[in-house]
Amino acid sequence: MKEEIFVSGRMNHLVDPHLNIWHWEIPLYLFLGGLAAGILFFAALYFINGKEDQYPTAVKRTPILAPILLIIGLLALFFDLRHKLYFWQLYTHIKLQSPMSWGAWTLMVITPVSFIWSALYIREFFPNWDWKYNWIKEVEKFLQQYKKVIAWIMLIYAVILGIYTGILLSAFNARPLWNTSILGPLFLASGLSAGAAVTLIMSKSPEERKRFAQIDLIIIGIELFLIIHMFMGFLASTQVQIDAANLFLGGPYTMAFWIFVVILGMLLPAALEIMELRKFHIPAIVPAILVLFGSLMLRFIFVNAGQMSRWLY
Amino acid sequence: MTNRRQFIKITAFGAGALAIGSGAYKAMAGFSSTTEAAKLTVNLTRTPTYCEVCFWKCAGWVYKNDEGKIWKIIGNDDDQHCNGRFCPRGTGGVGMYFDEDRLKTPLIRTSERGKQIFKQASWDEALTYIATKMKDIASKHGPESMALFTHGSGSSYFSTLLKAYGSANVAEPSYAQCRGPRDEAFMATFGEEAYSPEITDIRDTKCLVLIGSHIGENMHNGQVQEMSDAIDKGATIITVDPRFSTAAGKSKYWLPIKPSTDIALLLAWIHEIINQEYYDKKYVEKYCSGFDQLKEHVKDYTPEWAYGITTIAPDQIRKTAKEMANAAPAVIVHPGRHVTWYGDDTQRIRAVAILNALLGSWGRRGGFYRPSKQAVPSSEHPEFPTPAKTWSDAFPGKYSVASTPVSNALIDASIPENNPGFAIKGWIVNGTNLVNTIPNQANTLKAIQNLDLMVAIDTMPMEITGWADVILPECTYLERYDNLRVSPHRKPAIALRMPATEPLNETKPGYWIARELSKKLGLEAFFPFEKQEDFLDWQLKKIGSSLEEMIRIGVKTFEREADDLYFANDEAIEFPTDSGKIELYSLAFEQAGFDPMPKYIAHEEPPAGFYRLIYGRAPMHTFSRTANNPNLTDLMDENTVWINPKVAKEWGIVNDQYIWLKNQDEIISEFSIKVRITERIRWDSIYMVHGFGHAQKQMKRCFGRGASDTQLITKVLTDPLMGGTGMRGNFVTFITEKTEQEVAS
Amino acid sequence: MRYAMAVDTKKCVGCSDCVVACQTENNVPIGYCREWVVEVMAGTYPQLEMEIRSERCNHCVNAPCVRCCPTGASHFSDGGIVLVDPKKCIGCGACIASCPYDARYPHPDGHVDKCTFCIHRIKNGLEPACASVCPTKCIYFGDMDDPNSNVSVVLKKRKFKTLIPEAGTDPQLYFLI
Repeated sequence: MKEEIFVSGRMNHLVDPHLNIWHWEIPLYLFLGGLAAGILFFAALYFINGKEDQYPTAVKRTPILAPILLIIGLLALFFDLRHKLYFWQLYTHIKLQSPMSWGAWTLMVITPVSFIWSALYIREFFPNWDWKYNWIKEVEKFLQQYKKVIAWIMLIYAVILGIYTGILLSAFNARPLWNTSILGPLFLASGLSAGAAVTLIMSKSPEERKRFAQIDLIIIGIELFLIIHMFMGFLASTQVQIDAANLFLGGPYTMAFWIFVVILGMLLPAALEIMELRKFHIPAIVPAILVLFGSLMLRFIFVNAGQMSRWLY
Repeated sequence: MTNRRQFIKITAFGAGALAIGSGAYKAMAGFSSTTEAAKLTVNLTRTPTYCEVCFWKCAGWVYKNDEGKIWKIIGNDDDQHCNGRFCPRGTGGVGMYFDEDRLKTPLIRTSERGKQIFKQASWDEALTYIATKMKDIASKHGPESMALFTHGSGSSYFSTLLKAYGSANVAEPSYAQCRGPRDEAFMATFGEEAYSPEITDIRDTKCLVLIGSHIGENMHNGQVQEMSDAIDKGATIITVDPRFSTAAGKSKYWLPIKPSTDIALLLAWIHEIINQEYYDKKYVEKYCSGFDQLKEHVKDYTPEWAYGITTIAPDQIRKTAKEMANAAPAVIVHPGRHVTWYGDDTQRIRAVAILNALLGSWGRRGGFYRPSKQAVPSSEHPEFPTPAKTWSDAFPGKYSVASTPVSNALIDASIPENNPGFAIKGWIVNGTNLVNTIPNQANTLKAIQNLDLMVAIDTMPMEITGWADVILPECTYLERYDNLRVSPHRKPAIALRMPATEPLNETKPGYWIARELSKKLGLEAFFPFEKQEDFLDWQLKKIGSSLEEMIRIGVKTFEREADDLYFANDEAIEFPTDSGKIELYSLAFEQAGFDPMPKYIAHEEPPAGFYRLIYGRAPMHTFSRTANNPNLTDLMDENTVWINPKVAKEWGIVNDQYIWLKNQDEIISEFSIKVRITERIRWDSIYMVHGFGHAQKQMKRCFGRGASDTQLITKVLTDPLMGGTGMRGNFVTFITEKTEQEVAS
Repeated sequence: MRYAMAVDTKKCVGCSDCVVACQTENNVPIGYCREWVVEVMAGTYPQLEMEIRSERCNHCVNAPCVRCCPTGASHFSDGGIVLVDPKKCIGCGACIASCPYDARYPHPDGHVDKCTFCIHRIKNGLEPACASVCPTKCIYFGDMDDPNSNVSVVLKKRKFKTLIPEAGTDPQLYFLI
């Protein structure tokens, strides 16, 4: 019999008996960031492609949510901080090796950009909107000219933000479950899928809905592919990563992951979307909500399970 | 039997009083822990103390932070007990001061005994109450009907008080519940005890034999340090233990003996050492008596004979005997400390002593050194009255080898049904939690119910205080002066304890309590100094020091008068035994009607489904007294029951499960205990650390944490020689779910 | 200069003095610790082996905690000692999650706390509290760049290991085996 015990110590709150430092705030932050990234990505993409009028919801309407989501996400991050009064320290340092720093600075760029984008399309929601002050009107006029530049910035930063939500976790080699480079693309895909789902919900145009259902289907396909590859990678790796994979393959997170994330969050909405595309009448909101739910659960389950995965003891 | 407790070398007052440069830097490469205060830039004050968390009494410094609050305690580099390194309990001693559950004011009981309804009282009220009752007892039953149970530094003051009052019934549970058998066995053999700190020269030994002694888990600081030095020097360690102790993990030989058969192994070793002529012939011839009788006595105790009893292979017995012989005389068969196991303990330790004598280790480098102690004058006071009766008159003829009062005999004498020669009617209990110290709790509680007066003096609301009529809150050792520490060691030395801070709440030092009580009893003449510091200064000046100097240096080490740490070659020595020799054959025991040489007697074995209850120590706690110390509960906050994996499988018990233990007398542990399934324990035994399972709610951190071994020790195997309470003859079984009825009981 | 520590598992008895000495020296709040002790048992009764380790921050050369800190609160100090500056720490928990040894914890005051190798003592020529108090003298501390330091000498003489070297952190807490 092999026995390994703590003779003393290791009673630190939130670290022992297993890491429990991140609760609901971080997964929510990651979900909202990913979702905002997805929304802004499609807005920028179709604007640059000149399909502003073909996909008006994606380009003009859904982005209004992005600043709100980002602000809520930032608030969640702020809630997570234990030394809140020192929050500003994030913005007096640039740490290239720190995903947390990357995230803070990415948000510093993309949040204002999302505000600007929403402001430029504010009349979509309030046709009679008036900025009241002349200087604001001047600024608006100025920005309207550079919409394409803004769209490019938005596109790039949306991808960075989407990937960042995964890299924040995958950069931790101390947690074998997180420590896979698949996590960046997976979370990006999940964010894009969620962004597409929002357009599906808000869009009234059948053409736009069809396009986004197709996009969503492709992304779900990619996600499933990434998940399979992630497990193949884990299982072909070291014992700690095999143990990490086993959290989802018979371990405590098996049911939650496969039912909430894979079946309800991917397979079922994919099936519904296929049916929809084959002209069955399915309310678009159903698969979209499922996708959003799956995307949220993915973050919660990964953040939680990752804290259970470790090297020692 | 003659009491030769005082044989120890005592240096004369003042003579040769050369202090070892206490502030001196040690020439050490790299880092050193010396002169901490000189090197730290923070504004600190430090005061000397010696530790009271256990009996080792290491000397150290109490540091305070900028706000004048106690910060940390660090060992004194000049102290032989600790060499500048405190143990976890000493380091965590700060927690004793900060423990918010401490006793705060004197309390007087207002309900029936045991119900624990008390009222706060002033010191004057509480002491008047006690004095009145004590006067009553003296007039009705005679002063010899008072008894004192005591442990620690306060012992001196309260025993002075009791002796002045007219009673000699001063018992320390450290005798009959712990090391008494060892002391008597060594006295019978060498005419001297093994002392505290033990005079084992571990740092220079080549072979250390531990029999049930778990150095490293018992954190007897100097011994642990020296064992580590010995490991560095490549010494062979032989550990005899049914449990794979920490020391066993460091040993070349671990002999996983069947519990209760140690004497058989010891006799086989003696047999082998005599038969193979491994023994130190010159030493034995010159210093020992009774060799021929011993040789005859052990002739049949072959390793093969012992194998059948101990389950230790003959080959292992022979090899280990050879190892000892190769190392001799730098070999120590350790006398142990807590040795009250099976009721034949004095005889078992006699076998240990005999083995040491044969190997010639007594008085030799790497064996047992000759201790030296600094003499200090005591204050002058009137002569103590001679008590009409003493503890031994309660049960005449019993425990005739005992050289000090036997605590359990005093408890038995408090129960009228036992028809004692005279009855004990009042107790003062100082610094010892009798409920968790003395086996057979029901008996102790019955005794208490028969008393006219029961006073408890403690720093913490221990179980025993719940049974008291009056509780007196003593301040901790960090808040008071105490007598100088003058323990024997390689060099004579003294150490000072002084308050680092004012006592918290209404707590008072033991000296003050004893003296104030003496005033109420009209006995203040026995406490001529109003303040202890005045006494200390007077005393110190008599030996060429002063309180001022000691506050500065903490420890003062003197040179030995002669270079006699070990016997000189061919030195003629008269040992303080009856025969003047090391007695392999004890004339004193024979005279008292006991076996002059140890015999093996088989002990009861656990019935089916039961396991022998073996208890021991954890390095982070001292008995049950530190269980609520915040710093130490951080290290260990409950005990576990160690169960062999085979047994656990049989019972379907899993790791970390909480179970109850039930003993052979149907006693079920009050609290459940966490299971540790481990290969470290034999399949016929279970193991738990002593001192947990506290039932006193006022101690919030430790209440109900773990289980109490004492509660399960209802069967006591009393040592007929000296009254020691053998506690390893109890067997327990497991209860995985408690029924309602059992919970109610 | 490169500070490191070596713990002799053959001498350590697991008394945990290091843990409590660290707690008092550094005012680590009750209920928290910067150090801990691990016991590893292998074998079947009576063929058993035991290893006891006093553990703490490994002050890694390639410290993931320093890397992932967004504010520079986690940083390398003299001799490669990894420290947290409470005035820069925002308490995001990234460093805690990044440590494969779980050697960091959130201090109740909000910032993250960990072993400092008692840098305040080292600067004054003293050993870290754990090493200076250890009754078995099983903790060796010193400068790896100095071939005569306690730790260099003992690592030359003895077999040793580090914990999870495969995590690539280049830990500087050595265990003599």
